Amino acid sequence: MKNLIKTICSISVFAFILASCGDGGKKASTVDATKKQGFVKCGVSQGLPGFSNADESGKWTGIDVDVCRAVAAAVLGDANKVKYTPLSAKERFTALQAGEIDVLSRNTTWTLERDAAIGLTFVGVNFYDGQGFMVRKKTGIKSVNDFKDGVKVCTNTGTTTELNMADFFKSKGVKYEPVVFEKADEVVQAYDSGRCDTYTTDKSGLAAQRTKLTKPDDHVVLPETISKEPLGPVVRQGDAKWEDVVRWSLNVWIEAEEYGVNSGNIDAMKDSKNPAIQRIVGAEGTKNGEALGLDQEWSYRIIKQIGNYGESYKKNIADTGILPDRGPNNLWTKGGILYVPPVR
Amino acid sequence: MSFLQNKIEKIDQYLSDHPKVKFILPQALLLVFIFSIIGYFSFNASSNLSARGIDTGFGFLKNKASFDIQFSMIEFDSSMSYARAYLVGLLNTILVSAIGILFATLLGFFFGILRLSSNPLASGLATVYIETLRNISLLLQIFFWYFTVLRLLPSAENSIVLFDFVYANIKGIYIPKFVWTNLNYFLYGLIFTFICIYFFNKYANNLRERTGKQLPKFSISLGLLILIPFLIINIFGVGLEFSYPKLDIQMGIANYIGGVSIIPELIALAFALSLYTSTFIAENVRAGILGIDKGQKEAAASIGLTNTQVLRLIVIPQALRIIIPPTTNQYLNLTKNSSLAAAIAYPDIVLVFAGTALMQTGRAIEIVTITMLTYLSLSICISMFMNWYNNKVTLTER
Repeated sequence: MKNLIKTICSISVFAFILASCGDGGKKASTVDATKKQGFVKCGVSQGLPGFSNADESGKWTGIDVDVCRAVAAAVLGDANKVKYTPLSAKERFTALQAGEIDVLSRNTTWTLERDAAIGLTFVGVNFYDGQGFMVRKKTGIKSVNDFKDGVKVCTNTGTTTELNMADFFKSKGVKYEPVVFEKADEVVQAYDSGRCDTYTTDKSGLAAQRTKLTKPDDHVVLPETISKEPLGPVVRQGDAKWEDVVRWSLNVWIEAEEYGVNSGNIDAMKDSKNPAIQRIVGAEGTKNGEALGLDQEWSYRIIKQIGNYGESYKKNIADTGILPDRGPNNLWTKGGILYVPPVR
Repeated sequence: MSFLQNKIEKIDQYLSDHPKVKFILPQALLLVFIFSIIGYFSFNASSNLSARGIDTGFGFLKNKASFDIQFSMIEFDSSMSYARAYLVGLLNTILVSAIGILFATLLGFFFGILRLSSNPLASGLATVYIETLRNISLLLQIFFWYFTVLRLLPSAENSIVLFDFVYANIKGIYIPKFVWTNLNYFLYGLIFTFICIYFFNKYANNLRERTGKQLPKFSISLGLLILIPFLIINIFGVGLEFSYPKLDIQMGIANYIGGVSIIPELIALAFALSLYTSTFIAENVRAGILGIDKGQKEAAASIGLTNTQVLRLIVIPQALRIIIPPTTNQYLNLTKNSSLAAAIAYPDIVLVFAGTALMQTGRAIEIVTITMLTYLSLSICISMFMNWYNNKVTLTER
C-alpha cells in the first residue's frame, strides 16, 4: 500500500512538471528569442529554383531565401545566420503555428482565409505571381479556352492552385480530373510521363519546373493567368515587434532599389545628401532602427550583405532564365506594381 | 516526519480493514488521473489556439469545399461541403481496402498452399514470391508499381487493347460500363434465387440425415442459379447493354470517354497492398495447415472420405481456427497501410481530408482527430466481423 501512495505522489509530481512545461509556450518576443538562439528559424520550400532551392553543398539561394537572410542581417548582423526548414505546402502553416519556424518565406499566397482564420499574418509581398497552365506543344493548344471535357490536370495538394482551378473549370463548364500530389517533383514526373494533359501552378513555378522536364522545349506555358497570387513572407499573429522587423526588412530591401542603393555602392552612398538614402544606409541621426528595437545599421547590413531587391531578382530569377522579364515585379516607377510604404 | 509516518500507517490500517475500498481506490485514482491529463491537454490546446487567433470547431464541415476530387464513387464537385469530401475520401479508402483484402486473401491462400506442395518447383516459386515481397518496404512497392510499371504503359492514342473492349494506357484502364434496364427486377430475382437455394440445401441435408439419400446438391443449386434469373430476364424484359470506352481526340488531347475508367493510382495501390499483405496471409495459411495433426487426415481417410472431403470437412475447418486471428491483423494492417495512398495521388481519406481539407481550413486538430477516429472505427468494424467469424469456426466442444 505504501508503494501505491508513493506511486501516486510521484505521478502527481510528474503531472505538475508536465503542466508547467505547457506554460512555457507563452514566451517573450520572437526578436529576443532569435537574438538569444543566434539564428533565424526560416521555413522554405523543398526546392523551387529561383525562390528557395538548395545546391549540392546544402547552400540555400532564392528570392524567398533572401527575405530570411535580410531578417538575419537586420536582427543578428549576419545574413548567414539562418536555419532553413524545408516544408511541403501541407506542413508549412502548422510549422509556423507551432513555433518550429519564425518566418515562413515559401512562395505562399496571401489570402483572406489564411490571414484571418489560421492565426497568421502576411507582412508584404516579395513576388507578384499568377496561376497558369503548361501543355505539350504538339497538342496545338493555344489558350486555356481550348481545354475540353476529360482533361487531366496535375498539380500540388494544399495550395490555392487547387481551389483556383476548381473555380476556373467550373466557370468554363469543363469537366476535368485533378491529379494532386504532395511533392512538386512527383507532379513534374507525372506530367512528364503523360499521366496528365496539363500542369498548373503559379507561372513562376511553371517556368522553374519546366527546366526539370526531359525535353523542356516540347512544352509551352499558356498566355492566360487565371488568378492573382501575391507571394510573401508570413509570421505568427500576435507578435507585433517581430512582425514589424520582418515587414520593414522586406520593405527596405525593395526601397533600396528604388533609390539606386545596392551592395556595391552603399558605402559611397553613406555621404549622400538625400534624406531617404540616408535613412536606408542608417546615417547619423536616423531613428528607424531604434523604432524597430534594432540598432542604427540594420538596413545598411541588409543591402551590404544581400543587395537590393533588383539584385536578388536578377541573380535568382532573371539570370537563371526562369522569368527574364520582370513584368509586374518591376518597381512602380518602371511600369511594375512593386510599391512599398516609405521607410521613414 | 513521524507525523506523516503515523498518518500513512493509519490509512494503511483503514485500507486493510476495508478490502473493497482497497480494491477500488487505486483504480478510481488512476481513472481520475487519466481524465485530468486528457482534460489538461484539451484545455491547454484550446486556450493556446484561441490565444494565437486560430479558429477552432467542427462548423467548417458544412462549408463549401471548393476543390475537386479526381475519383469518387458518389457525386462530388467543388460546390459541395467538406463533410461530403470526407465521405468521398472514406469510400475511396474502403474501396481500396476491400479490393486489397479480397485479392490478398485469394493470393495468400494460393501461395500458402503452393508452398506446401510436394513439387519443388511450385514450392520454390511460392517461397521466392513470399520472401521477396514481404521483405521490401510497402511504400517502395507502391512507388515501383506506380512510377515504374504503370508509367511504362503507352499514351492514350496507342492504348493496349485487350479482348477488343479493355483499353490500357498511362491515364488508366478503361472497361465497358454495364447499362441495365429493369435492373431492380433482376436484383430481386437474384435474392429470390439465393433464398430458394438456401431452402433447397436445408431440405437436402434434412433428407440425407433422415434417409441417407444423397441429392446432387451442387448441380441442382447451379441449375437454380441459372434457371431462375433466365426466366426473370425474359419475363420482365431485363436488358443489359455495354457502353464501350471511345477514343476522343480534341485539341490534340486524347482521352477515352464512356465506359468505366480505373485510375492508375488505384491500380498501383491495390496491387501493392494485395501482393504485400498476401505474403503474410500465405504464411498464416501454411502455419494453419501444418498445425493440423497428421492423424486427423489419416483418420478421415480411414472412414472413407475422399481427398476433397478430407480437405473441405476436416483440414480446412480446423486450420481456419489457426489462420483467422493472425489474418485479422493483416486485414487491419492493410486498411491502415492504405493511407500510403497520399504518396501517389490516390484520393483516399488522408489525401482528401487530412491533406487538402486540412490545408484549406487550417483545422489541424479537428481534422486529424476525425481521421484517427475514422481509422479506429474501420479497424474495429473489421475486427468485430472477423471475431464473429472466428467464433463461428472455433471448435465447439460437445
